[in-house]
Amino acid sequence: MASTETTTAPETGSVEAGLDALETAQSGRTPFRKTFVDKIVPPITAIVVVLVVWQGLISLKIVDDPTKLPSPSAVWDAFRNDWLQGKLLGYIWTSVSRGLLGFGFALLIGTPLGLLVGRVRFVRAAIGPILSGLQSLPSVAWVPPAVVWFGLNNSMMYAVILLGAVPSIANGLVSGVDQVPPLFLRAGRTMGATGLKGTWHITLPAALPGYVAGMKQGWAFSWRSLMAAEIIAQFPDLGVGLGQLLENGRTASDMAMVFEAILLILFVGIAIDLLIFSPLERWVLRSRGLLVKS
Amino acid sequence: MATTTLTKADPSVEYAARLEHVSKSYPGPGGQQLVLDDISLDVAPGEFVTLLGASGCGKSTLLNLVAGLDRPTAGSISTDGRPALMFQEHALLPWLSAGKNIELALKLRGVPKPERRGKAEELLELVRLKGAHGKRVHELSGGMRQRVAMARALAQESSLLLMDEPFAALDAITRDVLHDELTRIWAETGLSVLFVTHNVREAVRLAQRVVLLSSRPGRVAREWEVDIPQPRRIEDAPVAELSLEITEVLRGEIRRHGQH
Ligand SMILES: Nc1ncnc2c1ncn2[C@@H]1O[C@H](COP(=O)(O)OP(=O)(O)OP(=O)(O)O)[C@@H](O)[C@H]1O
Ligand SMILES: [Mg+2]
Repeated sequence: MASTETTTAPETGSVEAGLDALETAQSGRTPFRKTFVDKIVPPITAIVVVLVVWQGLISLKIVDDPTKLPSPSAVWDAFRNDWLQGKLLGYIWTSVSRGLLGFGFALLIGTPLGLLVGRVRFVRAAIGPILSGLQSLPSVAWVPPAVVWFGLNNSMMYAVILLGAVPSIANGLVSGVDQVPPLFLRAGRTMGATGLKGTWHITLPAALPGYVAGMKQGWAFSWRSLMAAEIIAQFPDLGVGLGQLLENGRTASDMAMVFEAILLILFVGIAIDLLIFSPLERWVLRSRGLLVKS
Repeated sequence: MATTTLTKADPSVEYAARLEHVSKSYPGPGGQQLVLDDISLDVAPGEFVTLLGASGCGKSTLLNLVAGLDRPTAGSISTDGRPALMFQEHALLPWLSAGKNIELALKLRGVPKPERRGKAEELLELVRLKGAHGKRVHELSGGMRQRVAMARALAQESSLLLMDEPFAALDAITRDVLHDELTRIWAETGLSVLFVTHNVREAVRLAQRVVLLSSRPGRVAREWEVDIPQPRRIEDAPVAELSLEITEVLRGEIRRHGQH
C-alpha cells in the first residue's frame, strides 16, 4: 500500500516538512535550578517560619507549659529516640501497610462496582444516588458501627478503610465514564470497537482521569478514617500504628509524643500522595496533553 | 489518471455505497424537523464524490448515516463493508500515540500483533509522517493530526472512505498539501471516497463528481461531472471556472431560502 511513487509536485514533501517544523512546538525539560526556586524553596521557607514562631512562643514564655506545647527540640528528641530504638519505621509501616492493603481491596471492589453503575442503567438507578451520597458522609462515621460489627480488631479497620474508599473510587469511575466524549465512542464504533471491545479500548482508557481522581480522594478518605479507627482500637497484638501512638501520647500526657504522631500522620499522608497518586495523576493527564507546564 | 483508478476497484460490486430515498428527521421544537429529504445517491467503486452544501444542510448527518452511526428515518443505505469515517474533528484517541491510534484500528480489524507496528509505520509514511509513531496526539500540529486521522481511516482498509470536512480548519497551504496527498493516495489505492465540504473550490479540486445538497431540508439539488484531469491545483483556471458556476447555483439555493 505504501508505494513511494508520488504523483504530486516534487516540492510538496519539503513544503510539508517546513510546515511540520513550524507547527510543532519544541519542548524541553525544566532546568533543576528553576524547579528548586519554584517548587522547593517556598515550602521550606514556610516550614522554617513555623519553627521560628513555635520556638518563639516557648522562648518568650508566651506558652510555658510543656504539657500543652512541647518545644521543637522535645519533639525532635521524641523522633530521635524512636528512630534510635528502631520503632519509628515500625509505627509508620503498621499504618501504611494496613492502609495500602485496605486500599487495594477497595480498588478490587470499587472498580467493578463503578463500571456496573456507570454502564448498567438499572444498577445506576438503584444504587447510584446512594453511592454519591455516601461520598459526602465523613467516613469516620463508620468507625463506631464497625467496632460494634467486628470488634476492636484488624477487620474493623479494613472495614472502615473500605467504606471510606469504595464510594470515592466507584464514583470517580462513574463520572469518568460519564464524561467520555461521545466522539471517542463513535470513532471506536467506526473502527469496530463495540460492546466489550468498546469498553476495553475506548471507555476505560477515556475514563482514566476520573478514575484516578476518585482513587486519590478515596485514599485521602481512607487514611483519615484509618487514623480514627487506630485511635479507638487499642489492643496489644494489633501492633502500634500512628493512631495508637497518638492515643498512647495522650494517655501518658506526653505532648512531645502527641506532636510526633500528628506530624508523622501528616507527613505519611502527604508522602503517599506525593509518591503514588500525584505522579499517577500527572502521568495520566500529561500523556493526554491535559497538563500544561506552568 | 482519474480514469485509471476505476480499474483498480473490485468489479464484482456495482457500488461502494447506495442510498435509496433516505430521509432523516430529528425531534425539534415544533414536532419532527426534517433534515434530509429523499436522498438517492450512488458512489461507484473507486469513485471520488464530493458532497457540497451550506453549513447546517445535513452533510454530517448524511455521512453518519452512511457510516452506520445513526439510522435513517426512512429509506435504505447499503455499503460494501463497513466504511471508514474521518470525522470533522480529528477524533484521535489522546491516550494513545499517533502510531498506536493506527495500530488500534489494525488490531480491531484483526491484524496480528507482529504485523501491526510495521503496517502503522507504512501508513504513517504514506501520509508523509515518517517517524511520528511515538508522538502524542497533543504534540502534533493540526495538519499532522488530520494526516494521522487519515492514516487511521486508511488502516481500516475499507473500500469506502467517508470524510467530513477533514481540512476545514487548516490554513490554505497545509490544505493544498493534504489535497495533493489525498489525491495521490486515492489514485494509489483505488478507494471510493465520499468527501463532504462547504468549500466549492475544494470540491472541484478533488472530485470526479460534485453533488450539491440544498438546505432545509437537504435534497440533492444538482450534480456535476468533473472531467478536469488530475493532478489539479486549486488555483487552476478550469477549477476556478467550474467553481464559479457551482457557486452561482449554490447562491441561488441559499437565496431561495431568503425569500420564504
Ligand atoms: N442529534 C441531533 N438532534 C437534533 N438536530 C440535529 C442533530 N444533529 C444535527 N441536527 C440538525 O440537523 C441539521 C444538519 O446538521 P449537520 O451537522 O448534518 O450539518 P452540516 O451540513 O454537517 O453542517 P456543517 O457544515 O456546519 O458541519 C442542523 O440543522 C442540525 O441542527
Ligand atoms: Mg458537519
